[in-house]
Amino acid sequence: MATTTLREPAVVNVRQPRRASFEVARRVFRMRLAPLAIGILGTFILMSIFANVIQRYDPITDQSYSEANEGPSAAHWLGTDYLGRDMWSRLVHGSRISLFVGLISVTVGLVFGVSIGVTAGFVGGKLDAFLMRITESIWTFPALMLALAITSALGRGVINSMIAIGIVGIPYFARLARASTLSARELDYVLAARTLGSSTLRILVSHILPNIAAPLIVQASLGLGTAIITEASLSFLGVGVQAPTPSWGLELRTGYQYMELNPAVAIFPGLAIFLTVLAFNFLGDALRSALDPRLARRGGD
Amino acid sequence: MATYIMQRVFQMIPVMVLATIISFSIIFLLPGDPALLILGDQLASDRALYEAKRAELGLDRPLPIQYLDWLGKTARGDLGTSTRDRQPVTQGMRERLPVTMQLAAFSLVLALVIALPAGIISALKPNSKWDIASSLVAFGGIALPNFWFGILLIYLFAVVLKWLPPSGFVPFNEDPIQNLQRMIMPSITLGLGLSAVLMRQTRSSLLEVLHQDYMTTARAKGLSGKAVVLGHALKNALIPVVTVLGLQVGLLIGGSVITESIFSIPGIGRWAVDSITNRDFPVVQAVSLVMALGVLFANLLADIAYAYIDPRIHYR
Repeated sequence: MATTTLREPAVVNVRQPRRASFEVARRVFRMRLAPLAIGILGTFILMSIFANVIQRYDPITDQSYSEANEGPSAAHWLGTDYLGRDMWSRLVHGSRISLFVGLISVTVGLVFGVSIGVTAGFVGGKLDAFLMRITESIWTFPALMLALAITSALGRGVINSMIAIGIVGIPYFARLARASTLSARELDYVLAARTLGSSTLRILVSHILPNIAAPLIVQASLGLGTAIITEASLSFLGVGVQAPTPSWGLELRTGYQYMELNPAVAIFPGLAIFLTVLAFNFLGDALRSALDPRLARRGGD
Repeated sequence: MATYIMQRVFQMIPVMVLATIISFSIIFLLPGDPALLILGDQLASDRALYEAKRAELGLDRPLPIQYLDWLGKTARGDLGTSTRDRQPVTQGMRERLPVTMQLAAFSLVLALVIALPAGIISALKPNSKWDIASSLVAFGGIALPNFWFGILLIYLFAVVLKWLPPSGFVPFNEDPIQNLQRMIMPSITLGLGLSAVLMRQTRSSLLEVLHQDYMTTARAKGLSGKAVVLGHALKNALIPVVTVLGLQVGLLIGGSVITESIFSIPGIGRWAVDSITNRDFPVVQAVSLVMALGVLFANLLADIAYAYIDPRIHYR
């Protein structure tokens, strides 16, 4: 009997992380709009993975001037663009760019932002003041303006857009990580780890990072939506993805010019951006509620 | 209060200095040599001419000296000369800044007119049909890319209904009616996202305040629902709203970049896009500096308003 009693906590400790993540996933699914968000995102993710399978024409080479600027039909579900290319095929391939740019740029912002924020919050003092003044000063520049300048500096294109959007996101993650680290570093078990002589790196990786993960996950989800809009804005302004590569922002740029002839070319790319960003925002909101038990009890307000 | 404002101004100085350094550094971020850009391809092969141009622009001097020189001139209102149209940047700024400020002011007013009543009603009737509907609209407004929304407005009101001109700008002092007609769609485009954010903030902070003990006390004293909300709850609920408003001014200024491009409005946002794509260094430096200072100033105003609404802040 005594053996069983001793073994039980060990089993609980091993399984606890899995249970916690399962509990969060269960809470997310119970939020009113989260299943809808997951459904939308799942559809777009599958669309981008199987773009070559579900495309009806080649998005770049299949051009037909005689079919240019046509509305939706059985042959072209979402109509055609000014070169007679199939809009459905271009939107399906465009989802790859948008999701990929979103993912990479948020990762860039997250990695650098968290490194800066955690260092500032944990070390404190003059280094903290210096790093935070720098992030504050970057923050004073409107994100799109900064992304435009960086993209122009690095050169037009997808990769440089990702870097630019990532850099613009750094201050957001840095400030959030710093604020969370400031409270986490005073927790009893962090102080205990310090007293026991754990190295700074070990304290940061094993104790601080897992503790500050929740707000960062929420910010990453919301940041994905913002990154997708910024990428589309850069492509719309002509400095992001370059023709003939299909991208939602680029489709909207050309669709805008031919809107009077065929409004569908301006409506569908925007709708795709809107739905994806909406889904990321719903997911971010659901994650925020699921990861914060106080909010979960109040109904996610 | 004056001490509090002075403290905030002093705290702003290091960030302001760093912002000027970033604005100045943009010249090194953009590819290409300004001297070559000004001289053009034909004259650039003349080495003596090129060196003379670099000396004239001060590019042959050490970087800190160049920065201090630029800062000194900027402080005196000399923002340099555009490499594209050879016009003084200060003059261009004088023409374009009021246009962007008009657009931003209209968008801000529109956002507040929509957000405050909608947020208050939602908070007073949580989980009602109105609350759910306005929350969904707010979520939609936050996710809506403003350039797409602008395009949809142009299609509906200019192409289909032909109620409004699709784009362009007429100064207010030339023709007020034309000016207002052309400002309607851009202001809605720019203001919608902001109104969605403010509405959500008003709702959540008012809900928070309505559950405080002093609200129960006010009701127990026999005050009417209107007096409780307007006299007690709203002032406290507005504190986070003002902070969010200050932070969102950056969004408004940044949003002007794309809104002005869609509606062909000759403000500093469109000027920024044109100058970045044309590598017009002095204009990029000036516009980025003005935008950054605008954001800093808006945050300072928000802090002052914050202290005005909540007197506890400047006594701390």
